[in-house]
Amino acid sequence: MTLVFLLLAAITILGMGAAMSLRNPVRCVVGLTVGFLGLAALYLQLGAQFVGLTQVLVYVGAVAILIIFAIMMTRSTESPEQQTFSRLWFAGIAIAVVVFAVLGWAIHFGAHMLPTQAALPELPVQQIGDALLHRFVLPLEIIAVLLTAALIGAGVLALDDPAGEKRGPQ
Amino acid sequence: MIVFSASGAERADQIFVLIKHWLMGYVPAAAQPLASAVLSVVPILMAFPLIFAITTLLERKGLGRIQNRYGPNRVGPWGLLQPMADGLKSLTKEDIVPDSADKWVHLCAPLLLVVASFLAYAVLPIGRNMVVANLSAGVLFFFAIGALVEVAIFMAGWSSRSKYSLLGAMRAIAQMVSYETPLVLAGLVAVMATGSLSTVAIVEAQAQYTGILPHWFVFTPWGFAGFVLFMIAATAESNRSPFDLPEGESEIIAGYYIEYSGFKFALFFLGEYLGMFATSGMAITLFLGGWSAPFSFLTWIPSYLWFFAKLLVITCGFIWVRGTLPRLRMDQLMHFAWKFMLPMTLLNIFAAAAWKFFPTGVVRWFACAIFLAVAFVLLTRGLKKRGDVRARQYRFAD
Amino acid sequence: MFGEGILRGLAETARNFFGSYVSKDRLTTVQFPEERIAPIEATRDFPFLVYDGTDWQQGMRCVACQICEKECPPKCIYIDKSKDKKPDAVGKQQFYPARFDIDISVCMSCQICVEVCPFDAIKMDTEFELSTQDRFGGLMFDKHKLSKSNEYYHEIHPTEAAAVDATLAEERAKAEARAKAAAEAKPAAAAAPAAAKENTGGA
Repeated sequence: MTLVFLLLAAITILGMGAAMSLRNPVRCVVGLTVGFLGLAALYLQLGAQFVGLTQVLVYVGAVAILIIFAIMMTRSTESPEQQTFSRLWFAGIAIAVVVFAVLGWAIHFGAHMLPTQAALPELPVQQIGDALLHRFVLPLEIIAVLLTAALIGAGVLALDDPAGEKRGPQ
Repeated sequence: MIVFSASGAERADQIFVLIKHWLMGYVPAAAQPLASAVLSVVPILMAFPLIFAITTLLERKGLGRIQNRYGPNRVGPWGLLQPMADGLKSLTKEDIVPDSADKWVHLCAPLLLVVASFLAYAVLPIGRNMVVANLSAGVLFFFAIGALVEVAIFMAGWSSRSKYSLLGAMRAIAQMVSYETPLVLAGLVAVMATGSLSTVAIVEAQAQYTGILPHWFVFTPWGFAGFVLFMIAATAESNRSPFDLPEGESEIIAGYYIEYSGFKFALFFLGEYLGMFATSGMAITLFLGGWSAPFSFLTWIPSYLWFFAKLLVITCGFIWVRGTLPRLRMDQLMHFAWKFMLPMTLLNIFAAAAWKFFPTGVVRWFACAIFLAVAFVLLTRGLKKRGDVRARQYRFAD
Repeated sequence: MFGEGILRGLAETARNFFGSYVSKDRLTTVQFPEERIAPIEATRDFPFLVYDGTDWQQGMRCVACQICEKECPPKCIYIDKSKDKKPDAVGKQQFYPARFDIDISVCMSCQICVEVCPFDAIKMDTEFELSTQDRFGGLMFDKHKLSKSNEYYHEIHPTEAAAVDATLAEERAKAEARAKAAAEAKPAAAAAPAAAKENTGGA
């Protein structure tokens, strides 16, 4: 529990907390981005460079932007007047506490199974690439097909929309 | 330790590293990591804003000469003190924040932009042994930081609560997201050729010479194509002409930073130019050999001078293109990104992979060059067939 | 189509850039305070009062007829007539302006005052570097400031000044001829009633 870890954890929790509790959706997105950045910093602090940087590249660079576009397209940038909390907030908190307890128990009792010395591989990115193309090539190809289907679907949706903004003047 | 037996050229080359080691000798052991970080970062914070100031002057005078007029020549001899006048002006202007604007997001947007732009310099090797952070995934770090800039632009555009700024922000984000893929893919060929994501390793792979010629990647067919594509995507990523529609001064006034004035506007300007320098620096690292000299008999010139010389050449190229080309429309921009740049970068990756599998010799040069040339011709002809470059038919004016 | 248009454009701008250092006629900029383009003769800016000779008060052509004050569209001329008279440009005894103020912050350079002046006393000046830090007093020109010599008028509007001088010289000649004829007729007229008085006195 070093100072750096505490700081990064505080930033992450504050960001995610802001994302949950602020009323203005765009401020929520900013809080979410801060949370993602905090997570990425935590990954980097653990020494997982590739995962941490990919977290920034994918989550901040793509997912947050996607959410931004979704908010701006649906024009819900106006804040609602009162807090939009669900009425069953106590059930939500109970479930969150249970999940946290399960995770904490699993980590605590599984800690002895981890190797005692953190064995950082020499070329982590190369090993990930090797694994992707040798051991996990089938999941890679399936993901590629899935993404292609998503792209084609997005293209078809954009094309069919008669009042869409993507079409310029003919 | 300081090696006094080093030759004069080597000492000139490593002067900044030697200075840092000498200063670190005076720092107590407890504060060593912090002092090391500060000593590495402060030169970046001093050098690149200075280069920014010089570039604004160079741009104004260069564009003026291209347009058959003098640039600014009143402040100081030949206008050399113009950046100081500009800086004073932006510092003393009133900071106007619109009433309905979101004050905190409005403030944080330029700060985030500048911070993200400065972060990108952490992995650029400015000279031999002169890199702030030798990450093993340096190239990935650079592209990840580029993604932060988009969030900053959105924050700027939305927080101003103005139609122009929101429209400009959406256009800017669409443009940056579209050109990020060709940027990464174009830079990927250099990573493939080196086999490592570390910028230091990429530069050292290019710092060798056969005879007097260097091993720069730009001199290979796939490297040249990759360099050109990377520079085009870099121009689009920094919102520079001819891709400056989101901030087009004659179109939507200033797009997403229309509601900014005074120092925040100067920060946006700074962030944009810093992003331009960072992407140029990455292009230099990936394709132009980083800090290595162009000929083996020129290695006595210090490495950081070569880096800045190449940066100067690329900046002049940016200014030259800005003075030449008209602005692209939004749909032309998008078509160019998705229908030309993306297929071209993917085919470039094929060419680079083929290069690796061919035996070394003249054959692979011709094979890759012909493959890329054919791909280029087919793609541009394919675009032409869509009728994009047809002569216009006017319905009423004849 | 293959990007050669871009390359040609780049070559053109490069030619412009290097050519601007080599041939000076590519740069048509006139560096203003150091280099100036000579104004054409019909340039006009704000009015001034013409005086003949060296004494600006005695040689002033203006006779305070106040026609220009009445004709001025924004009413920026303020004239007060004097109580005594002085000879004007032709030689006749006329009133003169005790106060002649033009507010050049109001003046719109329409030249109507010049067109209606029967005495060629007010003409258009060409000076434009009149900025001052006194927004009100510094832009209200009084009689002294407005008076400039006929030689100056010749410098800025040579043809006009020559024409005006010719007209004035003509009028002066006619006035002198009239005066001489009146002077000659006077002794004859003085002699005739004296002769008539002697005739009637003698009878």
